[in-house]
Amino acid sequence: MTLSFQLTHRFPTTTIDVAFEVPEPGVTVLFGPSGAGKSTAIAVAAGLLRPDRCRVAVNGTVLADTDAGRWLPPERRRVGLVFQDSRLFPHMTVATNLRFGLRRAPPGPVRFDDVVDLLGIGALLERRPHTLSGGERQRVAIGRALLAQPHLLLMDEPLASLDTARKAEILPYLTRLKTTLNLPILYVTHAFDEVARLADSLVLLEAGKVIACGPLSEVAARADLPLAGRDDAGALLLCEVVAHDTQRELTRLESSGTRFWVPLLDQPIGASCRIRIPAREVILAGRAPELISVQNVIPATVRRIAEATRRHSVLVEIALPGGALLSRVTSDAIARLGLVPGASVLALVKSTSIEVLGI
Amino acid sequence: MLTRCRFPGRSLLNALVHLPLVVPPVVTGWFLLIVFGIRGPAGSLLLDWFGVRLVFTTAGASLACAVMTFPVMVRSIRLSLDAVDRGLEQAARTLGAGWLDRFWNVTLPLASPGVLVGGIVGYATCLGEFGAVITFAANIPGQTQTLPLAIYSALQAPGGETKAAELSLVAIALALVGLLLSEWVGRRLNAMLGR
Repeated sequence: MTLSFQLTHRFPTTTIDVAFEVPEPGVTVLFGPSGAGKSTAIAVAAGLLRPDRCRVAVNGTVLADTDAGRWLPPERRRVGLVFQDSRLFPHMTVATNLRFGLRRAPPGPVRFDDVVDLLGIGALLERRPHTLSGGERQRVAIGRALLAQPHLLLMDEPLASLDTARKAEILPYLTRLKTTLNLPILYVTHAFDEVARLADSLVLLEAGKVIACGPLSEVAARADLPLAGRDDAGALLLCEVVAHDTQRELTRLESSGTRFWVPLLDQPIGASCRIRIPAREVILAGRAPELISVQNVIPATVRRIAEATRRHSVLVEIALPGGALLSRVTSDAIARLGLVPGASVLALVKSTSIEVLGI
Repeated sequence: MLTRCRFPGRSLLNALVHLPLVVPPVVTGWFLLIVFGIRGPAGSLLLDWFGVRLVFTTAGASLACAVMTFPVMVRSIRLSLDAVDRGLEQAARTLGAGWLDRFWNVTLPLASPGVLVGGIVGYATCLGEFGAVITFAANIPGQTQTLPLAIYSALQAPGGETKAAELSLVAIALALVGLLLSEWVGRRLNAMLGR
């Protein structure tokens, strides 16, 4: 399973030059400010925009390769696309909308009833699109794209036009979708909470260029990227529930060898989840403190120290076996602890500061 | 074709289609007479091959009406096709619909209220057609006489005012029925489209 994407296109005012390859697709999020080239990338992947040069391949199926003269038009590409403004056909019922792609696609693994169940749209089938709420409309649009039996699902800011409540309503469906279907998803957004919840791989775009690309936990915790300049900067780690301590009301999570205690979770042992540890919540210490409320004292090494752009603070990137933590401290603290790249340090994280983001 | 395709001579075709709208109807009728007359290039072929004569016949009157009506209908259908959200066509494309499939199942249904209005306007233009018909198909009662022609004839004859009034009433009734029908169907279509 690989998704490889390469695109060069010159617009009158900007040039987009984007290339990335993700080995285990899952959900690949293209993240960046508007004008970074995210939507251009989606349009090219769908075949709606023919760029100067591009190559798009999913699991060895080449959808487009301009150098080899190959260009599948959108109708023959079998790439599902979910637009920001759902674009349901107003003259059809929800059921007819859902079947639009299904009827035109060769038989495939995605079944009508499964999709209806997965997205919880069984009660809407006879309704017309204009009677649906924004969230419902978007769920139907996702179902319609899935039923066209795509090789690749593209989502162009699918939650951007929804308010926070509607967003919260859809996100669980998206996480379910991702775990249920074995389908590579390319997801465009400029909202970081969606990245935190959904991404497996993260591609950071800025001004038409890729500035970083890799697994979520690696990219999110790099101190040298613009992501680290955000107020909500922090590490994102994929974890597994390994034990519950009901007496102490704690749950132990493990992320490639690093263990974290968090307040008791309502998840079975073995369940996977993702956690977010904000940089401003991570304390650094040179020696293990005694008698302290902090539950997680993690020995690690400093990998990178980067000047933060704001608030006279410094971001310290701390290497863990399978990822990294970020800590925002003052430059005075750096001097007092004598921190340099390669130095050993203890990272202290309160259990209550760890945000568990569901499965 | 005029809305969605870009091809050489598109503007010329566009101009040709719209010509009857801007030149006096009598000119259109005279032009038809030249082309479709018994000795005209198209008319003589039709007569020799199919034995069809258009000049001064009902079929001729229909042709004259059609030529006059066409630009009006083209305009309104074109406007409604232009108004269809291209995004929906793109969506249909990514779902595997080819261009003919898209046209029949997405574009045309969405443009249907406008196409209907085009039809009604065409019907009204047809009802009122005078100049092109009288030039090309003459004014033969029961064969090539349109309503305005009949009213005109009635007014020419002494004591024809009553007949003219009756015919005018018929014209009003027909127009009214057409308008009400279009209103009703238009409302149904728009409700279907969720507007």
